[in-house]
Amino acid sequence: MKKIIDFIVKQNNRINKDVFLLELFSKELTDLEPGQFVNVKVDNSQNTFLRRPISVHDVDNEKHLLYLLIKIVGEGTEKLSELQKNDLLNIIVPLGNSFTIHKEGKCILVGGGVGIAPLYHLSKALYSNGLKPDILIGMRTKEDLILPEKFSKYANLYYTTEDGTYGEKGYPTNHSILKNKYNHIQCCGPLPMMKAIASYAYKNKIDCEVSLENMMACGIGACLCCVNDTKEGHKCVCTDGPIFNTNTLKWQN
Amino acid sequence: MAKLITNLNGLKLKNPVLTASGTFGYGLEFEDFMDLDSLGGFIVKGTTLNHREGNPYPRMAETASGMLNAVGLQNKGVDYFIKNIYPKIKDKKTNIFVNVSGSTIEDYVATAEKVNELENIPGIELNISCPNVKEGGMTFGTNVKSASNVISAVRKVYKKHLMVKLTPNVTNIRDIAKAAEGAGADSVSLINTLLGMSVDAKTRKPELSTITGGLSGPCVKPIALRMVWEVAHAINIPTVGLGGIMNATDAIEFLLVGASAIQIGTANFIDPSVTTKVIKGINEYLDENNFSDVSEIIGLI
Repeated sequence: MKKIIDFIVKQNNRINKDVFLLELFSKELTDLEPGQFVNVKVDNSQNTFLRRPISVHDVDNEKHLLYLLIKIVGEGTEKLSELQKNDLLNIIVPLGNSFTIHKEGKCILVGGGVGIAPLYHLSKALYSNGLKPDILIGMRTKEDLILPEKFSKYANLYYTTEDGTYGEKGYPTNHSILKNKYNHIQCCGPLPMMKAIASYAYKNKIDCEVSLENMMACGIGACLCCVNDTKEGHKCVCTDGPIFNTNTLKWQN
Repeated sequence: MAKLITNLNGLKLKNPVLTASGTFGYGLEFEDFMDLDSLGGFIVKGTTLNHREGNPYPRMAETASGMLNAVGLQNKGVDYFIKNIYPKIKDKKTNIFVNVSGSTIEDYVATAEKVNELENIPGIELNISCPNVKEGGMTFGTNVKSASNVISAVRKVYKKHLMVKLTPNVTNIRDIAKAAEGAGADSVSLINTLLGMSVDAKTRKPELSTITGGLSGPCVKPIALRMVWEVAHAINIPTVGLGGIMNATDAIEFLLVGASAIQIGTANFIDPSVTTKVIKGINEYLDENNFSDVSEIIGLI
């Protein structure tokens, strides 16, 4: 059941120049699946009229904590970055479908920039199924690094940077780790990166899921704004997604 | 507790709060957040004779205090609605209206005829004001003659409450409202969205795939209020007011300028439980100001 909850901000920590991590508390918090998202109301921001859909980075059910890893990209996220301890944040949870939690096979998770946010929650779930995944992370430069120690708890990390300052130089699709044989790819990041990964998966006949982030107004399937063109027509990213198996999309080749 | 029952030309609503078409899905999407039975009524998504895929993505752009949409009446057609949606909502204890749209008069008539057979749908909202379709929609609603023609044709086959949704994209909305009254409408609702546009300076491109779209949200409220005031004083059938209502105070403003009922639209996207708060707020306002019946404030201005 979806709920509108006022969370209490417990911590707001800056991770790098543009990225911050919110730790939010509410006893009403229900379980969230990896890949699901929440819709956050931004107050006191004149040009932020709609809620901001944010993927779930992590959940601690025992302590009733929700973690959101957010990059500042505009006025709304800038406001969220200014939240202080004990501020209230109005959020609709849980929204959308989830990544498949595989029980067998070799898994690689691919994240671009802050797109790695939901991959932590996912890697934790895969790890508890006995499948420690590889995570391939694409960044522009070393300074974009996000919580490497945390991510390495449940996964083996591999990096590319566009300027070669960390990991291999280039884009995720160029990384040598992709020479390994994988059964499943799960991906979240900028659209061109996800399309390139989907194309790699298609050519190598690997099962592939991506997390889409089309612009949405409601997040609950009412406005029909966030549609993606699939083989079965327009589908709402907020309710039929955000996770799509790439063989349902019109991307391949 | 003041009396909230509202009479819409013979159709009794338990309170004056409805939800606007296209912002409330089929109602079911909101059941986790509010009780559908608490509403005066709800108006389901724009329905056409045949399936429509709607416009390509991107179909939404956020604006200051509002948003533009260009969904383009995506829906699975009236037969799908009757077979798959109607059974799920027909026993709700509220008034359900189907928003009927089309590209030709024949389409409107055929869709209205089918909806007329649905026992638990007491009314339709005839959409002659959608700005996001190439044919039909708003083109019917911007001209007295074409508005009269489509409304008269539907009136012949549709026997229950016929609400007509008007577009604000006209020079004189009173003329269209009078035409609707003359053609047999039981009520009019206004305003549909205002035609607008949004540009991304960074990419030097329009933000919507259709270039233009319909503006809604609190930014349109002053225009909506003015038009509801104009229309409510120009016709003898009830006016249903909408446009940027975010809370009970906004709703009360529309009642004061002459709306017999109101619709909540875009606000549902931001707070899916907003309708409950508006109903409660109207009640409190009436009590605090010593009104015993909501009808006492309708048209005070």
